[in-house]
Amino acid sequence: MSTASKLQQPDAGAKKSARELIDSPDFKALVKKRWTVSFSLLAVLFVGYYGYILVVATNKEWVASTVSSEPGAVVTVGIPLGIGAIVLAWVLTAIYVWWANAVYDPEVQRLKDQLKH
Amino acid sequence: MTSSLGTTSVSAVLFFFVIIAITLVITYWAARKTKTSSEYYAAGRSVSALQNGFALAGDYMSAASFLGISGMVALSGYDGMIYATGWLMGWPALMFLVAEPLRNLGKFTFADVVAFRLRQKPVRIAAAIGGILTVLFYTIAQMVGSGHLIRLMFGMPYELAEILVGIVMLAYVLFGGMLATTWVQIIKAVLLLCGVTLLTFLTLRQFGFNPVTLYTRVVEMYPAAGGDPLKSALAPGALTKSPIEAISLGLALMFGLLGLPHILMRFYTVPDAKAARKSVLYATGLIGYFYVIIPIVGFGAAVLLKANVVKDGVVTSLAGRDLVTYFDKGGNMAAPLLGELLGGQAFLGFIAAVAFATILAVVAGLTLAGASAYSHDIYVSVIKNGRATEEEQVKVAKIATIVFGVMAVALGILFKDENVAFMVGLAFAIAASANFPALLLSVLWKPFTTMGAVWSIVVGALSSSTLIVLSPTVWGSVFKHFDALGNPVGLFPYKNPAIFSMTAAFAAGILVSLLTPEKDAQEKFEDEKLRTYLGVGAE
Repeated sequence: MSTASKLQQPDAGAKKSARELIDSPDFKALVKKRWTVSFSLLAVLFVGYYGYILVVATNKEWVASTVSSEPGAVVTVGIPLGIGAIVLAWVLTAIYVWWANAVYDPEVQRLKDQLKH
Repeated sequence: MTSSLGTTSVSAVLFFFVIIAITLVITYWAARKTKTSSEYYAAGRSVSALQNGFALAGDYMSAASFLGISGMVALSGYDGMIYATGWLMGWPALMFLVAEPLRNLGKFTFADVVAFRLRQKPVRIAAAIGGILTVLFYTIAQMVGSGHLIRLMFGMPYELAEILVGIVMLAYVLFGGMLATTWVQIIKAVLLLCGVTLLTFLTLRQFGFNPVTLYTRVVEMYPAAGGDPLKSALAPGALTKSPIEAISLGLALMFGLLGLPHILMRFYTVPDAKAARKSVLYATGLIGYFYVIIPIVGFGAAVLLKANVVKDGVVTSLAGRDLVTYFDKGGNMAAPLLGELLGGQAFLGFIAAVAFATILAVVAGLTLAGASAYSHDIYVSVIKNGRATEEEQVKVAKIATIVFGVMAVALGILFKDENVAFMVGLAFAIAASANFPALLLSVLWKPFTTMGAVWSIVVGALSSSTLIVLSPTVWGSVFKHFDALGNPVGLFPYKNPAIFSMTAAFAAGILVSLLTPEKDAQEKFEDEKLRTYLGVGAE
């Protein structure tokens, strides 16, 4: 077998052109996964935040009621809800970064290594 | 006690000069490093993720959010908290949708990304107009709001305050470019967070570090009127009267962030997409922390403040909300008054100096964003067809900076007596409607075309500004149209148009793109994928 024909053999270690990489199933899967994760997290954010706004707008009695039923209780349901919305926003951001560091970046590196220079 | 607000305090002036001196030294240092256009606009892409996180937080936490939200909580209780949560929600969305593609595709402005695979000239002109409009309204609101604050706190004439802000800010931007602006922003964010943390600590100390004791005091002092629990300071009030209104405001706050040019521009100062992503996490943490503690300051002001003031020629004792509104109807003085009560003159001076630094830093960021939209998008890309030398680019950027800075001061003085609340609303509505849909569609939707982008931006900008002019805020309050009860009425019933104007911009972008298919743009969309997702070839 000549050297030339050996180079044409597609195997796992072969370098791809930009076009081949873009068309490869691995790359397509990565792009799809990236947006699936993004839009899932965005959906949770939407449900959490707009849910909070709608509950506050439509069920004021509940939001204004106190968390504890003991006499003299003052902390309304609204206060933990509001703080919860802020914490949710941060946690979702942190989840994305964790995912990107643990899953997305190594895959990006792997695909980049396959690229012809 | 009597408050020294409105008189020139020695400690305030001292703190003020210390801050100015430190930031000017940094500018001098940054100026030596700022030679090329990439250094001028993007700090040579050398800012670390943590530094950029602080700078992003600094850009976003303006004097309006510090003084305005604490004042709103002091005066209307829980409604202020609802408002505060909305200001954070854009950050996760920014992370999920645009942070990384923005960093990978762009160079200096968000228009780089919108125009990446489309015909440059029409898209750049439209995007620059959307960007400049947003920055302009945001700047006017900042300048007018800040001028009044400085007048109240330092006892300095309004016009002098505006000119002083203009001169110092221009010194940062002109000589130090993005690097100096970033460091000014970082210093200010640290000072602001320390100041608010200290204020929260001093407030909670009054209640044995138990927030529930504070809330109990709030309810005692502002009881539920007539036994109606909905009238309590800890219950939601008028802010969320109509669900559509509330959602529309939420959409404008959330997606407005994704269209603010001075925020988006910060992503070009970090080395790569990974750093861009990390910086959003830092910023979200810092801003979230700020909005969690700021209501404590507001509630603290509502229950702790007490002072003698001269009202109608008689010395009267005022407390809580009455005292806050005596100094400023909008409630902006709640935090400074509380600072003076709990930490004395020196702390008031510190808070005043922080507020001033905040304004300087935010206006500096806005000026740089406005100048780059003109010099990079219009001058270099459209007039010179992308063929301008480094020297030429930096020179034009500096001229644009001077023009924008002088304009900011002039408009600030011109709009002195106008109600500027609607201008912030306008800035966010235009950002969410004109800039964001085109940006997202360009990154995500393959069939997007040049004409689609132009129409999306034009429809978003026109519909959001028209609806705001017809809203109760402008048509009612500014142009004096009231109903029988004296409430302002608009030809358009909602204060915030985002839910309609954003939808219109998306619809226009999609519809026009489908009518004007562009083969070139679709092919380039495939080609740019390596850059968008892997960062190959990103600058």
